[in-house]
Amino acid sequence: MNLILFIFIVLLGFTSYYFGRKKAYTIQSTNKRLTALPQFYGYYLAIWCAIPAFIIFSLWAIFEPTIVKLLILSDYSNQGYLDDELNLIYEKTKALSRGQFTGEITPFIEASAEKYLSLRSIAQSSKAVIVLSIIIASVAYAYKKISSNSRTREPVEKFLKAVLFTASLAAILTTVGIVFSLIFQTIDFFKVIPLFDFVFGTHWYPAKAFVRDSSEALDPTMYSDTFGAVPIFAGTFFIAFIAMCVAIPIGLMSGIYLAEYASVKVRQYAKPLIEILAGIPTVVYGFFAALTVGPFLKEIGNSMGLDVSAESALAAGGVMGIMIIPFISSLSDDVITSVPQSLRDGSYAMGATKSETIKKVIFPAALPGIVGSILLGVSRAIGETMIVVMASGLAANLTLNPLESTSTITAQIVVILIGDQAFGDPKTQAAFALGMSLFLVTLCLNIVALRVVKKYREKYE
Amino acid sequence: MNKNKEQLLNKRYKAEKRFRLYGQSAIFMALLFLTIFIFKIFSTGYSAFQKTWLIVPVTFDAELMMLEQNPSKEDLKDADYYDIALKSMADLDPNANEDQENELKRMVSYFFEREIKRELLNDPSLIGKTKDVYLTASDDLDQVFKGNYPRDLPEDQRRVTDYQLKIFDQLVELGKVESKFNLSFFTYPDSREAELAGIASSFMGSIFSILVCLMIAFPVAVLAAIYLEEFAPKNRFTDFIEVNINNLAAVPSIVFGLLGLGILLAVFQLPRSTPLVGGITLSLMTLPTIIIACRASLKAVPPSIREAALAMGASKMQTTMHHTVPLSMPGTLSGTIIGLAQALGETAPLILIGMVAFVNTIPGSPLDPAASLPVQIYIWAESAERGFVEKVSACIMVLLGFLIIMNLFAQIIRHKFEKKWS
Repeated sequence: MNLILFIFIVLLGFTSYYFGRKKAYTIQSTNKRLTALPQFYGYYLAIWCAIPAFIIFSLWAIFEPTIVKLLILSDYSNQGYLDDELNLIYEKTKALSRGQFTGEITPFIEASAEKYLSLRSIAQSSKAVIVLSIIIASVAYAYKKISSNSRTREPVEKFLKAVLFTASLAAILTTVGIVFSLIFQTIDFFKVIPLFDFVFGTHWYPAKAFVRDSSEALDPTMYSDTFGAVPIFAGTFFIAFIAMCVAIPIGLMSGIYLAEYASVKVRQYAKPLIEILAGIPTVVYGFFAALTVGPFLKEIGNSMGLDVSAESALAAGGVMGIMIIPFISSLSDDVITSVPQSLRDGSYAMGATKSETIKKVIFPAALPGIVGSILLGVSRAIGETMIVVMASGLAANLTLNPLESTSTITAQIVVILIGDQAFGDPKTQAAFALGMSLFLVTLCLNIVALRVVKKYREKYE
Repeated sequence: MNKNKEQLLNKRYKAEKRFRLYGQSAIFMALLFLTIFIFKIFSTGYSAFQKTWLIVPVTFDAELMMLEQNPSKEDLKDADYYDIALKSMADLDPNANEDQENELKRMVSYFFEREIKRELLNDPSLIGKTKDVYLTASDDLDQVFKGNYPRDLPEDQRRVTDYQLKIFDQLVELGKVESKFNLSFFTYPDSREAELAGIASSFMGSIFSILVCLMIAFPVAVLAAIYLEEFAPKNRFTDFIEVNINNLAAVPSIVFGLLGLGILLAVFQLPRSTPLVGGITLSLMTLPTIIIACRASLKAVPPSIREAALAMGASKMQTTMHHTVPLSMPGTLSGTIIGLAQALGETAPLILIGMVAFVNTIPGSPLDPAASLPVQIYIWAESAERGFVEKVSACIMVLLGFLIIMNLFAQIIRHKFEKKWS
């Protein structure tokens, strides 16, 4: 139904475009000068067709469900039901009208379902009638208006500009969406679990917080010593640290080599090859870490008499480091190449060797940019999920031994939210609280890193 | 004095050489990782493209199938194939007792009934006759035949019994075991049984998610980039939008998963586990990538083009839409493809919106529950069965193949169609 209506409106749009242009040609044939190219007359009419249709469609989408719900539930209004029960009745009604209801069908609900269906069809047909009549009215009005050869290009361009501006708001909307999706659950979480317990508690056993019966009152003491995030935060930074131990030396040195030493040919092949590492999906790294690196480290450890867990932090961190190498190498390559040649020439003129020039002149000059690239790498390491989920443990141990398993923020979010989620349960909310802290940490890192890199660029460009 | 100088110089030259060596070894290490990685995936994965079949003589006994004389096509479809399937497996060893017959049955996949049925439907004249039928071997025997299964384990530690191995070896000697190209890996949906699991369902899930992602992200991103690059006034608000975009590009992907869960599923009540929700979530992630690429290629269009159009009397909007934007399209398109390739490999956000559910049907629209290729890799990698290891690697090979094709495509667009301004 909606689709047919939509196609019809699109067709109407095309016809009004055609009529608008035709009108322009008629005006032209009377030897009057047009104020815009003929197609602008067409666009003008098409916009007059599209805007009212869009407005009515969105109004309907917002208000129709609420009004229908109100009308349905008005039958139950004086029977003393609670709000939750009313919602349940409404959900049952909807399910029944779709034929997906499994359960006991009472005559009340059956009557409501019939009423629901009839209300929906009334709403649908009235929408079609209203949309079509308003569109025809507005197009007719606009058609009359352009007969006096009024301006059409300016309003059309203004409209297009408004569309462009709206599209650019998508980025802000996404950020707002992220904050909104996180903040309410997080606030609810901290109503049950004190912030202090979360930030400084050292025991993390979310499995203890089983899904509780929603009719029972919430008992905060039940959750004491359950959601202490210290082991999680420690594990996150520990694994990120191991990753950076691998990524910084290799990434930085390859960046320097590519920028300063490598011949054109080596650079041409080595750079894209290293960047392949960045294009490999993280789940593939995770599989590699779990299947190859973990057992390999365990075997080596056993042969040296060490007790290595097959899901060690070292395996996850090491593989994560490999993943981050290309981020650091290409960014530091860029940064080093943008150091002005005059600095190098000056240093060579003083008799310094290439490596001395790099270490004493270029590196200090490029340092802010390199620090920025490393910070971006750290932010990637903290936010990386699949490698940790697959290769490191899922139990949160508070340890600094790289051979044991630890867990991270991202891995805990996945562990908690995989499968069915019960919103309103502290366990689910804990995942959102973890997500919030992850978002804040990476946000700070990103802002600092981007600012540092930008400042650095401005200095030399 | 002179000697001292020489020593110092030698030391400096040595330091120079050492530094250079560090650089070379760093590059070598990175490339070594890449090689090990690809080698490992290919060496474990290539065998999944072969599938082991047992060739079993089947007697199409009309009585056992409960068929009347001269059955119609419908009768054949409704006939009972289980008994003849069971009998033909049991006949492999005439002396088998009841337990052993059960073991014999488990040498093939539980699709064996269906495979026998297909044979008869193809050729109804087989009734009453005996024919060699190809039956999918169970995943353990498949692994045994490919040499991936340690036969020397004690019997209670492996899933293949000694008896099954004995019969299997007899069949191998008779040439009744054959390895053929594994078409079902591409045409079957996911399954709990490794020998029957395929990537068709997750592949379609990936395609639908990427299409949804493209349809949302591409138009919005291009329009936003045009506004920011060509029309936006230089003020605080524009700066704010830019900071937002740059930040979003670096937000961890799992946070987008939480967004999808908290807003799309909980507030808008969109259906769980569907490529529609997955695609919307991915499109929010790809948006900044495409915006940044599109802005860069708009920036690369020289101002002279714009000035020439403006001088001919075109309005700002006409200049942009008729000249600047078409000229920037190659760069934008290649950036879009790279963004989509990233989205194609993304796993964590899809797990959060429920695309890990076990789906054993092939989705027909973005509104059907589905997995995606990377999620399929995750699901199989978490399974304990040995048969899934090679499937994971093969699935990775398919995924990497797609990523390589997409990236090559992006390169070609960039090099072939992008105008070089000098």
